[in-house]
Amino acid sequence: MNLTFTEEEEAFRQEVRDWIETAMPADMRERAQGSGGFTPEDSATWHRILYDKGWVAPNWPEEVGGTGWDAARRFIFEEEMELAGAPQLSVFGLTMVGPLIISFGTDEQKKRFLPKILSAEEFWCQGYSEPGAGSDLASLRTTAEDAGDHFIVNGQKTWTSYAQYADWVFCLVRTDPDVKKQAGITFLLIDLKTPGVEVKPMQTLGHTAAFCDTFFENVKVPKENVVGGVNQGWTMAKALLGHERTMLAMIGPCRNVLQKIKRIAATKTVNGRPMLEDPVWRAKIARLEMRFRAHLMVSYRALDDQQKGKMPGPESSILKLVGTKLIQELTELAMEVMGESALTWYNEGVCMPVEESIGPYFCYERAATIYGGSNEIQRNVIAKMILQLPSS
Amino acid sequence: MDFDLNQDQKMLAQTVADFAKNESPVERFRQLRDDDIGYSAAVWQKMGELGWLGVAFPESVGGFGGSFVECALVIENLAATLVPEPYLASVVLGGFALLRAGNAAQHAAYLTPMIEGETTLALAYSEAQSRHDVSAVETTAHVKGDGYALSGRKVWVLNGHHADHLIVSARAPGGVTLFVIPRDAEGVTVTVAKTIDGHKAAFIDFDGVVVDSDARLGDEGSGTAVLERVMDYAAAAAVAEGVGLASTMLHMTVDYLGTREQFGVKVGSFQALQHRAVDMYAETELLRAISMASMLRADEDERSVRVGDISSAKLQLATGGIWVAQQSLQLHGGIGVTDEHDIGLYFKRMYALNALFGDAEHHVARFASDTSFAEAG
Repeated sequence: MNLTFTEEEEAFRQEVRDWIETAMPADMRERAQGSGGFTPEDSATWHRILYDKGWVAPNWPEEVGGTGWDAARRFIFEEEMELAGAPQLSVFGLTMVGPLIISFGTDEQKKRFLPKILSAEEFWCQGYSEPGAGSDLASLRTTAEDAGDHFIVNGQKTWTSYAQYADWVFCLVRTDPDVKKQAGITFLLIDLKTPGVEVKPMQTLGHTAAFCDTFFENVKVPKENVVGGVNQGWTMAKALLGHERTMLAMIGPCRNVLQKIKRIAATKTVNGRPMLEDPVWRAKIARLEMRFRAHLMVSYRALDDQQKGKMPGPESSILKLVGTKLIQELTELAMEVMGESALTWYNEGVCMPVEESIGPYFCYERAATIYGGSNEIQRNVIAKMILQLPSS
Repeated sequence: MDFDLNQDQKMLAQTVADFAKNESPVERFRQLRDDDIGYSAAVWQKMGELGWLGVAFPESVGGFGGSFVECALVIENLAATLVPEPYLASVVLGGFALLRAGNAAQHAAYLTPMIEGETTLALAYSEAQSRHDVSAVETTAHVKGDGYALSGRKVWVLNGHHADHLIVSARAPGGVTLFVIPRDAEGVTVTVAKTIDGHKAAFIDFDGVVVDSDARLGDEGSGTAVLERVMDYAAAAAVAEGVGLASTMLHMTVDYLGTREQFGVKVGSFQALQHRAVDMYAETELLRAISMASMLRADEDERSVRVGDISSAKLQLATGGIWVAQQSLQLHGGIGVTDEHDIGLYFKRMYALNALFGDAEHHVARFASDTSFAEAG
């Protein structure tokens, strides 16, 4: 047992850090250090910068445009990106549908879709949830009717985040209504420019237009856009879920918010001295940082398994559960540390720029315990799969 | 980075686990609870013969030259059945204090026999007013002739009721200093105190106890630094034991949920209880992961490196470990609060570990006052 990264890994960390330092445009760096609020355009710009460097898809195999890094280097890269406060890239292409196409797509699909995900020529969004199908995803009702060489899709998808900026959506659709509900679902790629598709953004608590409703009315989708075979959609969805697990551990975001909390607490005063020197506030901040360390060790264990090519141990199942709760507790603490400044809402020059970012981000992370399988659903799954408790 | 145990460590852990299961089931602890000593000299000797008492000590003193990880593995696996022998008190507290403070002659006289299982040790460091501050020592060591005379009172000395030798902290002219004193020396009065977890400790009065200068471990004033290191070892050991307790309690609880029937179904099919069990699992895994970090860091000389993970680990014991203990009792229902059922014995041991070697507030304050805390901002 040892907990240290190797010398080569530490050298790699420095290389990444130095590169980010020079590659990030000045105005973006200013926002990263200050408000931390990025637009989808920022994200696309950063995506292209990473693409030019060849670092945009560390989790892809090298032959389709990945970096060839091992698990430790991928982890270090992620950490450094988060630590620098770099804009998050759209995950739907790079982390979700891309890897699925790599594993299950046809050669034509790989050639057609992967290069444009890498180059940011095409952005993606996810069409899973429906107004009547949230945690019970398999009850989805959007239909894809067989019409010879194509399907006709009708229905409504919701929480299709960033669909208004996307070119394509990957959907779960019902292709067979007469079998067990999980068995009649297909994974389908749909061009959002097809006639009959309508995207309506809605505002989130954080007043960003992250979410959308996406409507499909007699939308013609060629059959070659099926991934993994007709009625194999549930298997595809489960495979995709595996990719999400470590992403949702929130290691980078937690570190980032901890830094912000300390920056704010070092500036604001209580009883005539910086809050960071006040024992009560120090202890409050320390407690969460100490819990983060325990969480970090669980994710290091998962990383170690990955590095050795082993299946992650059962303990990695708690990463989403613990990580999302922790990022919420940290953003709550950031709000507390701000005191009355926690009232601020999209002002300029009223509070410190770093403070302006907190309120919307705090609101945004309320979704963390809901998306990717709500934490309650996660508990159901762990109770059944790992603790093997009896089903009701 | 590597979280896997090496082959020897795996074998050690397995051997200890087998011993606990086959030769020292909880029933053995129950039988010894009411005994004056509370454990068996024969079993202690056997542990010495098997080499378990010397895993972390250098070969020069009769040990096996391993790291603290081996020590923590023994403790974690003994915890599964509440094996009552004073491993933590004698090996970690007494043994590590002797190793770090003593010279070769003192090691040969006091440490080697303990490693061989012939004797046991106790560390008398805590005083009524000291509350986790090892430098807050009011026991005095006045110079007398060629040696010293010690006076004062030590509290909650683990294994102090039976140890052959006591390592005692006292304030000498040059500052806090450690001494090694036979428990039966003249002027030593031992008052036995029962503890919540079914073990025994001692309150020990020193009334002008005269010792030669060769009873002094190290230079005058060297005691605090040694005790601070030993407290980190002890906290890491408590956490390792907590991992053994928490995972056993989790298993017992999950088994119970899968067996007990009410309303015509297994109670483990109720979602409220399933979710609770999952949260117990999460807290146990957090404790296990940070325990791995803390047992590795215990041997680090740089204080900051130790504080970060060991204090975080002891906090996780105080929060997550205690929570697992509470919930395992709750989910057992009425049977959980009887002495007849084992779950309560684990519960009480977890609270004992929580009270020792720094509580949550102590470790949070320590973490927060470390220089690396503010730098990380």
